[in-house]
Parts: sequence; C-alpha cells; structure tokens
Amino acid sequence: MSVTPSNQNIVPFVKKENILAALDRGVRIDGRKLNEYRKLSITLGYAKKAEGSALVKLGDTTVLAGVKLEEEEPFPDTPNQGNLVVNVELLPLAYETFEPGPPDENAIELARVVDRSLRDSKAVDLSKLVIIPGKKIWTAWVDVYVLNYDGNILDACTLASVAALYNTKLPKIEVEGENVRIIREEKTDIIPINYPVVTVTAAKIGNHIIVDPNIDEESIADVKLSISYTRDGRIVGMQKNFSGSLALQDVDMMENISRSAAQYLFEELKKYLNL
Amino acid sequence: MMQVQKPRLILENGLRTDGRRPDEMRPIKIELGVLKNADGSAIFEMGNTKVLAAVYGPKEMHPRHLALPDRASLRVRYHMTPFSTDERKNPAPSRREIELSKVIREALESTVLTELFPRTVIDVFMEVLQADAGTRLVSLMAASMALADAGIPLRDLIAGVAVGKADGIIVLDLNEPEDMWGEADMPVAMLPSLGQVALLQLNGDMTPEEFRKGLELAQKGINIIYNLQKDALRKKYAEYKEE
Repeated sequence: MSVTPSNQNIVPFVKKENILAALDRGVRIDGRKLNEYRKLSITLGYAKKAEGSALVKLGDTTVLAGVKLEEEEPFPDTPNQGNLVVNVELLPLAYETFEPGPPDENAIELARVVDRSLRDSKAVDLSKLVIIPGKKIWTAWVDVYVLNYDGNILDACTLASVAALYNTKLPKIEVEGENVRIIREEKTDIIPINYPVVTVTAAKIGNHIIVDPNIDEESIADVKLSISYTRDGRIVGMQKNFSGSLALQDVDMMENISRSAAQYLFEELKKYLNL
Repeated sequence: MMQVQKPRLILENGLRTDGRRPDEMRPIKIELGVLKNADGSAIFEMGNTKVLAAVYGPKEMHPRHLALPDRASLRVRYHMTPFSTDERKNPAPSRREIELSKVIREALESTVLTELFPRTVIDVFMEVLQADAGTRLVSLMAASMALADAGIPLRDLIAGVAVGKADGIIVLDLNEPEDMWGEADMPVAMLPSLGQVALLQLNGDMTPEEFRKGLELAQKGINIIYNLQKDALRKKYAEYKEE
C-alpha cells in the first residue's frame, strides 16, 4: 500500500520564496543556470571485494554501487542469457528521514527504473553472462547504496550502476568437457556492458523547469520527469514522479533540456571510463 | 529446452494480432457503484483487462501522527488477484505492485482536491480481476471513476492509454503480445479537459520523434475514453434503480 508521505523534507517558506524569486531571475540558489547540471565525480574500484564498483558524487549526493557475480542456473525460457538484478538501498545514514528496514516504495521504484534503463537499452549484454548455455550463467547483482542525499538520487544511481558495470571484469573460465572451472582470481577482459546509459531528471517548480534538482529544489518541486538516454539519443526509459501534473509543452521542454544534459553526462563518463 | 520465438506483431495486412488497426483501441466498459459497502466503486474493462476499484473516505487518519495538517492523505493499493494471470500470481505484493501503487497514488494526487479535507485519509483499493495488458492504466481509470462515484471533489477524471512500438510501428493500446514482445511501452494518463499529464512512464526504446508521435496518438485515445467516462457517470444518475 502506498501512503502520501508524512515525513517529507520541510523547506522553510522563506527559503521557498527565495528559490522561486531566484528562478524568476533565471538563476538557482546554488548559482547554477536552470539547464545546468552539477559537477560530477566518479571513483572506480572503490569497494575492492566487489567484482566492480564505483563511487559517484553528484554535488553532495553520494552513491556507491557494487557488482557481485554469482553462478546460477539459467531460467528455462532463456538458456542463453545471464541475469541482472538491481537493488537500491536508501541508507539511514544518508539522510534524516531515511529509515532502516527493507527497501521502501522509493527504493524499489529507483531500482526498477535503473534496471529498466539498463535492460531496455540493451546496454547490459546478458548473452555475455553465459558460462555454459542452458546450464550455468552469471547473475550480476548490482547493489546501489545511497550514502548521502542531496537531491536527484536516480541520476546518480544510473551513473553509479553503469560505472560499476564498466569496472566489472568477468572471471576466467576453463572448460574441460562437462566440467567448468571458474578461476575467480584471474580476470578476463570481458565486461558485462556494451555502451553507457544515463538518466536525466528535470523538475518543475512553479512555472520553471530545471535540470538535476538539488535537495531543496526537489523538496519544493511539484513534479519531476526522469528520462534515460543512450549515446545516440534514443529514449530508453521514462518515469514521472511526484503529485503534480505536466502540460504537454512542459513534457516537450523537459525532453529537450534533458537530452542536452545527457550529452554532458556522456562527456563526463568518457573521461572516467575511457570509452 | 523451451525457447519462445518472438511472433509477428503487425501482420501482412497491416493489422495487429487481434485484428485491430494500429490506432484502434480495445472496447471499453465502465460500471459504477458496483459494491454496496464502499463509498464509491467501479469496474473498468478494456478488452480482456478488468479491474475493480473501491474508495473509502475521507475519514479520520489512524495513527494520527501520519495525518497531514493541510490536506488529505491518499492510501492506495494496486493488487493483482492470483487468478488474473495465465500462471497463478503469488498474492503477496511484488516489487512491481509496490512501484505501481506509488505511481498510481501520485497520479491520483494530481486530481483529488486533497486540500479540502485536511487531517483525513482517502483509501483507494484496486483489484485486477483479469490481466491482459494495460492493468496500471485501467486500474487508475477505475480508481478515478470510483472517486467520482464517491462524490470526492476532483480537478478532472483521469483517462489513460498505453502507446508503444510493435515491429517498428507506433500502436495505440497495447495487447499482451505487443506488451511482451514490442520494442516500447509507454503508459500515458491525463486530466483531459485540463491538458495535464498525470502519469507518464516508458520502457523500451524510442527515438524522440517516435516519443512525440506516441504522445500525440495517446491523446487521441484519451479523448475518446474521456467521453465514455463522462457517459458512464451521467448514465448512473439518469437510470432509476430499484433498491
């Protein structure tokens, strides 16, 4: 059951007025332009025990993604495909109102949107995750841990998942007849992802449309729209969020602003991932 | 080893697997006030997809500390009955149902005038009785009709339809094979007379041009559904029912 949240981040009225007044002048309280994305930093291999990992900072939003590989049997209807599982945890240490316990509806929604972007874009190559067709496959567990919340977790989660998958190298396999030996200590050059995907979130506050909202902007936003893109500009996922509604021209404008922000993110990813 | 092949979705004659044209919707049936106990209820059918929705409230929120001082809370559950699908669905709420309950709640919050009922809660329950593609939108529409049936003030009814891409062609109101094998699925729900989008999701793969074309096609479908919804509401009050 989904209940209107009662523990939402409260922004003082004065601050809200300030944010709106600044937006009227075409600037944001953190000094950005309306269509400007925050500074991004990525640290690959941050968690050494994972097969691949990445720490992503988007402003002060910090998320850590780790990839673990497990040997499993394939599903009967997809003998030539491995498996991908995305999980997002909103840790209580990340923000005052985040509570311990199993993933709530927000965490589940985040995980499912990231999962769909990776899957539907065919960025993650499930056929590379096969050890013996019909017998043994890899399940790639992508666990995304939100460590500090400063708005726009979704974009950071997609970035961290993509970066962690690029940081993942499949272990070496030796096949002798019916037997397979998996040598976890030795890595191949095979990575489970074909090309990058990014998610860009735009928010509507009053009559203004901004990209990559920070925590205060997100807390007073009426509605958000997140769009996932591939490098060639295909739309590979979309999710509207919050209780507001959008005019059709808002949707149009958000798609345009998000598509150009996506280009910025791909340029950044290029620097960190040697694409 | 069982490996299912993708079937052709658009046939030689340009029609879809169920005989519809690409821009043709499935037949719709709406029935209001179907449950005795609920304050409002509706059954919404679209082709073989059938959803029952019921509304209770506004009523006092318990526990009290969860109540909102300035508006009503919405408590929303989207649920699939175990017998609504080909293979039995475990009745425990899945991650999908948890996500859809949230998405539907947010869509309903864009139309319910919650600020008229501070400190209260409005319960909205949806049970999918038959699942055959498009359950989230049929559920949302059933819920909006049940809210109207309960006399809860709304900005507008919600009408929604999925558009998608099947064998490269933009199609309206996906059927199950298109949902499963098609290249894209984009559910769109609007407050039609206000021209506002209340729900928008996309999974699959579309170019920005296809996305805009899809949005336009969805709007066409939404306007047709909106008229059927208004007819159903009018009919309820035009008809004399022996109690």
